[in-house]
Amino acid sequence: MLQSLSFRDRQSEVRIARSRVFVAVALMILLLVALLARLAYLQVVRHSHYTTLSQDNRVKIVPVAPTRGLIFSRDGVLLADNRPSFRLQVVPERVEDMREALAKVATLIDLTSSDIERFQQLRKRKRSFDTVPLRFNLTEEEVARFSVDRHRFPGFEVTASLTRHYPVGAPLVHVVGYVGRIDEDDLKGLDPDNYTATTHIGKIGVEQYYEAMLHGRVGLDQVEVNSQGRTLRVLDSKPPGAGATIRLTIDTRLQAAAMRALGDRRGAVVAIVPNTGEILALVSTPAFDPNPFVNGISAALYGDLRDSPDRPLFNRALQAAYPPGSTLKPLMALAGLHYGLRSPADGTWCPGWFALDDDPHRYRCWNKWGHGRMTMHEAIAQSCDVYFYQLALDLGIDRMHDFLDLFGLGRRTRVDLPGEASGLNPSRAWKRKARDLPWFPGETLIAGIGQGFQTATPLQLAQATAVIAGRGTVIQPHVVSRIETADGKAITTAIKPRRVLADLDPKAWDDVIDAMHAVVQGPTGTARRSAAGAPYEYAGKTGTSQLFAIRQNEEIENEDIEERLRDHALFIAFAPFDRPEIALAVIVENGASGSGSAAPVARKVLDEYFLRMEHSRRAAQNG
Amino acid sequence: MDEPRSVWQRVHVDPWLLLGLLVLCAIGLAVLYSASGEDRAMVIRQGTRMLMGLAVMVIFAQFPPAFFSRLSPLLYVAGVILLIILNYHGTGRGAHRWLDLGFMRFQPSEIMKIAVPLVCARLIAAGSLPPTLPRLLLAAVLILLPAILIAEQPDLGTGALIGVAGAVVLFLAGLRWRYIAGIAVVGLASLIPLWTMMHDYQRQRLLTLLDPEVDPLGTGYHIIQSVIAVGSGGLFGKGWLHGTQSRLEFLPERHTDFIFAVLCEEFGFIGAATLIAVYCAVIWRGLAIALAAQDSFGRLLAGSIALTLFVYVFVNVGMVIGQLPVVGVPLPFVSYGGTAAVTLMAGFGILMSIHTHRRRLSLSL
Repeated sequence: MLQSLSFRDRQSEVRIARSRVFVAVALMILLLVALLARLAYLQVVRHSHYTTLSQDNRVKIVPVAPTRGLIFSRDGVLLADNRPSFRLQVVPERVEDMREALAKVATLIDLTSSDIERFQQLRKRKRSFDTVPLRFNLTEEEVARFSVDRHRFPGFEVTASLTRHYPVGAPLVHVVGYVGRIDEDDLKGLDPDNYTATTHIGKIGVEQYYEAMLHGRVGLDQVEVNSQGRTLRVLDSKPPGAGATIRLTIDTRLQAAAMRALGDRRGAVVAIVPNTGEILALVSTPAFDPNPFVNGISAALYGDLRDSPDRPLFNRALQAAYPPGSTLKPLMALAGLHYGLRSPADGTWCPGWFALDDDPHRYRCWNKWGHGRMTMHEAIAQSCDVYFYQLALDLGIDRMHDFLDLFGLGRRTRVDLPGEASGLNPSRAWKRKARDLPWFPGETLIAGIGQGFQTATPLQLAQATAVIAGRGTVIQPHVVSRIETADGKAITTAIKPRRVLADLDPKAWDDVIDAMHAVVQGPTGTARRSAAGAPYEYAGKTGTSQLFAIRQNEEIENEDIEERLRDHALFIAFAPFDRPEIALAVIVENGASGSGSAAPVARKVLDEYFLRMEHSRRAAQNG
Repeated sequence: MDEPRSVWQRVHVDPWLLLGLLVLCAIGLAVLYSASGEDRAMVIRQGTRMLMGLAVMVIFAQFPPAFFSRLSPLLYVAGVILLIILNYHGTGRGAHRWLDLGFMRFQPSEIMKIAVPLVCARLIAAGSLPPTLPRLLLAAVLILLPAILIAEQPDLGTGALIGVAGAVVLFLAGLRWRYIAGIAVVGLASLIPLWTMMHDYQRQRLLTLLDPEVDPLGTGYHIIQSVIAVGSGGLFGKGWLHGTQSRLEFLPERHTDFIFAVLCEEFGFIGAATLIAVYCAVIWRGLAIALAAQDSFGRLLAGSIALTLFVYVFVNVGMVIGQLPVVGVPLPFVSYGGTAAVTLMAGFGILMSIHTHRRRLSLSL
């Protein structure tokens, strides 16, 4: 009985368990179907979506900065290159005790408190496995000292990167310019994609003007990263395209000679090849070393440059507009011939001054005793002001403006350098518009000797001189002769083709060029002293641009005037005078007299060109 | 009737269960090798633990089920005392889950994973089935006490799983449907006070489940990266050792709680379904053993052990594929971890004991 009871119980217990297991299995199947459905949805239906997400997780695009193009001079001197510079950097996660490690490193490598401060700030913004720069521009000695002991400094490493360097430095800074760190203003005009990896950009000079060519094309590395962003390997790489190599028209020997000739005076020299417009030299003094600008110039050094009364940062050769003074006279003479107002033999009487009919003001000639009767030839050679007062009066300001305009005065030359000033070639219309005043006849007179409103940059003067030398061949000055891309292709620069002022009588050029020859190599020429003994024949014209208005009847010699108020000295020249190879303009600020200060500078530049460069060129041809 | 005992029966090992567990361990070690970044030392450590677990399983299988029945009250009381001590003197990361015994660190909650179903099965099997209300109430207290203590540690996942292990015993014992319905109503109603009692991070996990994008870099990060790993695996997977989500460390907890995502990424839907099928086979064998058991104690205990395995797998996989909240439940035999695998093996040892200590007259399976 008991047994049968327990047997029945056992049966019912098994039945209960069976039914409950059945329910459990049914439930499990339901849940499993739900799991598998969800798995299938994720892995089959949405597979491509999640594949994309997982790719985005792991693959990052890392831009690689291109190598900046090199800049060479006409004579093959490297003017801008990329030098390996050594920097000390740290991977913080590999340094156990940063304070102690920095103290130890400081015994080998000079670390200033600002280095350490910058390092600590950069470190905060980076991840612990990122490298953080500690010191830039290590000296070779520091690199050597560190290398010997480097095993003592886990996490510290010296790495080489490329830094822009200007081997020639100051003498070419106003042509080549420099690069600096990209700032917010630079960012506005940049293609953000191409500059993602770039830290520096051309700030002035060729570096700025040809930025697009020099920069190159950014490379892209596709890298695999882990969840902390650490790069594990490069999956694909599109290497950067190096910037183009640029060859300048500048000859470093001529440039250096001009620098030497100007010495420590403020001034500018521009030398151009007539017929082509190639700029052989473009000097502005004082100059400055561009190298400190590359990696951030110190505030103190920059302050000195900015605040110096000599304004070294100012590119006088193309940013400064000076009254051309008497260097305008050859152009005036050409205008007189062109408009038929003068023949070469026509004479003007110079009593030492000139006066308008209804004006008591006496317009002085530089020679207060008077030159007597002056032909055009004599008036140019001796720089007689009265001759040109009368000529200006006969021409009138508007004809003067139109004629000078043909030579590029008052208009930018469109040289391939940034920041060029336009100078001013005045006219009635200009004065009405700019000053809302009528034109006065006295203003025509002083414009006739290159004073007053008339201004020109040294570059414009050199261009105008080249037009005379080339007998009416108008050229566009330029500093870049050739651009070679990294794959060997040459890009031609956009230089305006030269143009000839055909409606001028060839005889007129001869007359004026002869007179300019007489300025330097004639018996009475104003610049004859500076030309003494020159074994080549050249033509020129002195000029003085007044800064200080001399009151009527006052006798003041330049020597008595404070140095910075003295007149600027100018000189234009080209040589050889019959087959010109070089045309130049020289300005010496506060040099007092064109013949005394500027003409000797031109002579030294020409000597360099004809005696040394020509000599070595011939030697090269013969040997 | 008298059937010759097989070799397996004499050594008290069930070959089918053993085979299933070995397959799971092998899959687990292979996936772990990839998930750990080819860390051989880690795989060897885990393999050693698995061997230890297998040894424990075989040793447990040597004792008859009655031994475990007699031992269960002692084991249960000892476990509860340890849990209480632990809640005041435990060590561990944030949560007081470990008890430091000096020579080894120890999780008393692991004892309860076995002690709770054991003690419940003993209690319920001692009376008639379906169980009477007083027995049920006593069983409820025995289940809830350790479950709440563990949830308080706080380890909500383990607490809930221990509760489930006990509840499965009651369910298999024929708990009346009206009680089940009543418990369901009470359970839903208690969600509100439970919500207010939960720790912030537990609440956050539940919220994140509903919308992982709420906090993509915080708690949502686990789910988002895990689902990306699973989905990007596709039908056939990226190949062993080629899962980018895990190898590049985008997937958190990839060798422990989220190891199933690594499997999904590297072996695809096929691999995931295969692993689930192996689990199903093991569970099926466990249920068969339960149905063949000769007494209620064995039936209830074997059924509980088998169904608990399913709950573990379901909760872990559901979490990895973004269907359940992120609770710290490892994937049995696959996730890296010490005591959990040993406990599971001990459970399967008991399962084998139930099957191999049957009297001769029993039906052979």
